[in-house]
Amino acid sequence: MSAPVYAPEAAVAPALSTRLARRLHRGRVLPIITVLAVLLAVWCAGTVYMNAPRSIEMLERQGPDWTFQQLLDATWSMDRPVVPTPVQVFTDIWQNTVEREISSRRSLIFHSWVTLSSTMLGFAMGTVLGIVIAVAMVYVRTLDRSLMPWVIASQTVPILAIAPMIVVVLGNIGLTGVVPKAIISSYLSFFPVAIGMVKGLRSPDPLQLDLLSTYSATRSQTFWKLRWPASMPFLFPSLKIGVALALVGAIVGELPTGAQAGLGARLLTGSYYGQMVQLWSALVMSAVLALLCVFAVTAAEKMVVAAHGGRR
Amino acid sequence: MVASVEDVIQPHSLDPADVPHPLVAMENLALVFGTGEGAVTALTNVNLSIKRHDFVSLIGPSGCGKTTLLRVVADLVKPTSGTIMVDGGTPEQARLDRSYGYVFQAPALYPWRNVRRNVELPLEIMGLPKTERQERSTRALETVGLAGFEGKFPWQLSGGMQQRVSIARAMGFEPELLLMDEPFGALDEITRDNLNLHLHELWKRTQLTVIFVTHSIPEAVFLSTHIVVMSPRPGRIVDVIECDLPYDRKLDMRETPDYLRIAHKVRDGLRAGHSYE
Repeated sequence: MSAPVYAPEAAVAPALSTRLARRLHRGRVLPIITVLAVLLAVWCAGTVYMNAPRSIEMLERQGPDWTFQQLLDATWSMDRPVVPTPVQVFTDIWQNTVEREISSRRSLIFHSWVTLSSTMLGFAMGTVLGIVIAVAMVYVRTLDRSLMPWVIASQTVPILAIAPMIVVVLGNIGLTGVVPKAIISSYLSFFPVAIGMVKGLRSPDPLQLDLLSTYSATRSQTFWKLRWPASMPFLFPSLKIGVALALVGAIVGELPTGAQAGLGARLLTGSYYGQMVQLWSALVMSAVLALLCVFAVTAAEKMVVAAHGGRR
Repeated sequence: MVASVEDVIQPHSLDPADVPHPLVAMENLALVFGTGEGAVTALTNVNLSIKRHDFVSLIGPSGCGKTTLLRVVADLVKPTSGTIMVDGGTPEQARLDRSYGYVFQAPALYPWRNVRRNVELPLEIMGLPKTERQERSTRALETVGLAGFEGKFPWQLSGGMQQRVSIARAMGFEPELLLMDEPFGALDEITRDNLNLHLHELWKRTQLTVIFVTHSIPEAVFLSTHIVVMSPRPGRIVDVIECDLPYDRKLDMRETPDYLRIAHKVRDGLRAGHSYE
């Protein structure tokens, strides 16, 4: 191994514009913008295509002479479009986040919070469950053989079939609100954590384990000083998958509850009443939420990596 | 250590018959891996006695059981038959007492710990208080010439430095016995010479007893007081060669007639071991 070359990021923070230019120059921002532009273009074109039949019908009613420009305007400004335009969706999101009271039932921030809170609770429960299962499988030989098939089988059952059962059963014993949804979230998110941690806890090489037996270390010392830190590079990728799945679980869990609150409820009522703008806003919000959750896990990962020597 | 008056008037320390008992003693030691058809005899009929402050090298071709022998001393494997005593007790007792330090072929540093925290790992396991851990790790790192590198992480060090950290780690809890399994095998010759000299100085300065596995004849002759020549299939000791070079050794000693004579004897021993096949 050669000595590292240190290239500290500019010690003096340069002006924002210089930094932006530098990042553009490094080719980080441009690709993102390009992809975004292509996506929006495809979206706009799709809007025209999907809304065209009804728009043409409408234009025909007004008279036989209509131009392509009129068609475009019509498809992009429908009251109840088949596919809303990006502008319609983002206007709706703006109106229902920034311009609306958070306490309002139409506030997307309120609904996002409902979903996010059960996502986080379910993610925490799923992470703990996944780690406990992994530790049990690594330390107890019989569990190693008997548990894994069940863990895998649990994920082959469609969550859409299980979610209503969990909601109804728990509702009968008086548990409603955040807990049933969190349980559905944890049901999905424990799996990648368990799989990743089994691998991670087994990752120390025989030499590192021999070393600890020459110190006559106890089992718990072996766990906390070797297996646990060694499993961190395996834990975080699992957590990123787990948190995204937890969000899916929370949204699915909101569907059978009669859809009172949460992004899942917005999706459901949107599709019931043909409110495509509402449905798409909820969709975009849940995507944003998923991004934020994954970013949060990535930030935690960066902190752990920095504490663990900064190169993994 | 300066002997006090009490020490001197102890009757047993004056008795010439009462030479200090060997630190490691093995009698008719044998080790068989597996059973039945697939059984492999790793060690057979091993008799060896190692005194305090000896530097004993185990040398032989691959598969002669030298690493296995070291692992038996360290209680990482149990012998099938025969007896072995380490520091007056069983190897297990020695391991539980942490009376030896083990240096592996690879540094086996924990990548998430910096140099200091790697050296302090055994001290943490022994439950030493923080201030003492720091004192000891500082001292151990000075011993191997790595003062000032405490905050570096393993990937920031060269292979030779990493191996020195692992030696510091084994020295940090002040064992009487240092077991080294080809510690310099993966290093280039220049680094290796350098570390050989380091190790020799370290051994002279302390009361350490060292068992050193190698397959380099120059290294074994330069470092050792005794060279144990081993032979494979089944692993056994073919010769124990006394290495009576002066106590103080320099690298250029490797061109002296005495040195070459001993190296020649070792080579003969290795060849004799092979002729049994």
